[in-house]
Amino acid sequence: MSDSMKTDFWQGFRQGLPVAVTALPFAALFGTLAVENGLGVGEAVLMSAVVFAGASQMVGIELFGQHVAPWMIVFSIFAVNFRHVLYSAAIGRHTRSWTLWQKAAGFFFLTDPQYAEAERRAASGERLGFVWYTGVAAPLYVLWVAFGWLGAEFGRLIPDTYALGLDYLLPIYFLGMVLDFRDRPLWTPVVLTSGVVSSIAYVYVGSPWHVSIGAVAGILLAAVLAPGRPAPAEAREEAQ
Amino acid sequence: MSETVLIILAGAVLTYLTRIGGDIVLSRFDNIHPRVEAGLNAVPAAVLTTLVAPAIMNGGVPELAAMLVAGLVSLRAGLMTMFSAGAAVLITLRYLLG
Repeated sequence: MSDSMKTDFWQGFRQGLPVAVTALPFAALFGTLAVENGLGVGEAVLMSAVVFAGASQMVGIELFGQHVAPWMIVFSIFAVNFRHVLYSAAIGRHTRSWTLWQKAAGFFFLTDPQYAEAERRAASGERLGFVWYTGVAAPLYVLWVAFGWLGAEFGRLIPDTYALGLDYLLPIYFLGMVLDFRDRPLWTPVVLTSGVVSSIAYVYVGSPWHVSIGAVAGILLAAVLAPGRPAPAEAREEAQ
Repeated sequence: MSETVLIILAGAVLTYLTRIGGDIVLSRFDNIHPRVEAGLNAVPAAVLTTLVAPAIMNGGVPELAAMLVAGLVSLRAGLMTMFSAGAAVLITLRYLLG
């Protein structure tokens, strides 16, 4: 490994580590709830290791507990994770220089925080390199799987998850990420539209569909409100 | 293999397809239309908002207070600080009101 690659990796690692730490309660909570919903410890760890998408894992174990049809569980995981198509399309604009194998491996790790960090990196004008990206992903992945396992093993020892607020930490974290993007063009109308539409869908269609429906409403609004003709290159750079 | 393991593996494959799919589809186009570009720029705020909205709808006093404080703190401080502030408010109010 060259020195610049080491620098890139540790730079990414330093970005990823604090975010990975904020995800630890959720990783452990997943393990705990998975075992409570009837999964074995090995199955819970397997799920963290191969699905590696917190919200969908939570939905998945919820459905395992309710003994619904297998295809319904798989489909729900897919529906919750469908937003990654959009992340992948957005990040793909900055990964043209990656090799096919780098993409194949890198996109496996494209979680919500990984996406947010990568977008921030690209917006800062620095190169979104594979090594830096791996540096961000490493602590997120290792700690997610490790604490999922710890949660599964020792979860029953947690006295009172409600008192610790564990069930509500994820939404607070997501709120912070939403506000982090507030300098983007059309942020206010997009957030209002997605918020209202997803709330209506949550009541009348149900979870997890409110995620896809609300997101698509905000994204379509942005596309409609945007100028239809290609902007001059300079203005477009600034808009990113 | 147990049925549970098969379900997990199927979920993993579909999840991987969502993560690679957007890039595979979009990389076939040389020029990105400004409306598509604007739509892509709106993705993070739009998606993440839908994860917050039901939590606000279903929240009681401790939850809403935590959201409010976290939101206000985030205007001046980083993610970790706002997160800690929100969690502190949540745990305190749940203790006092619960």
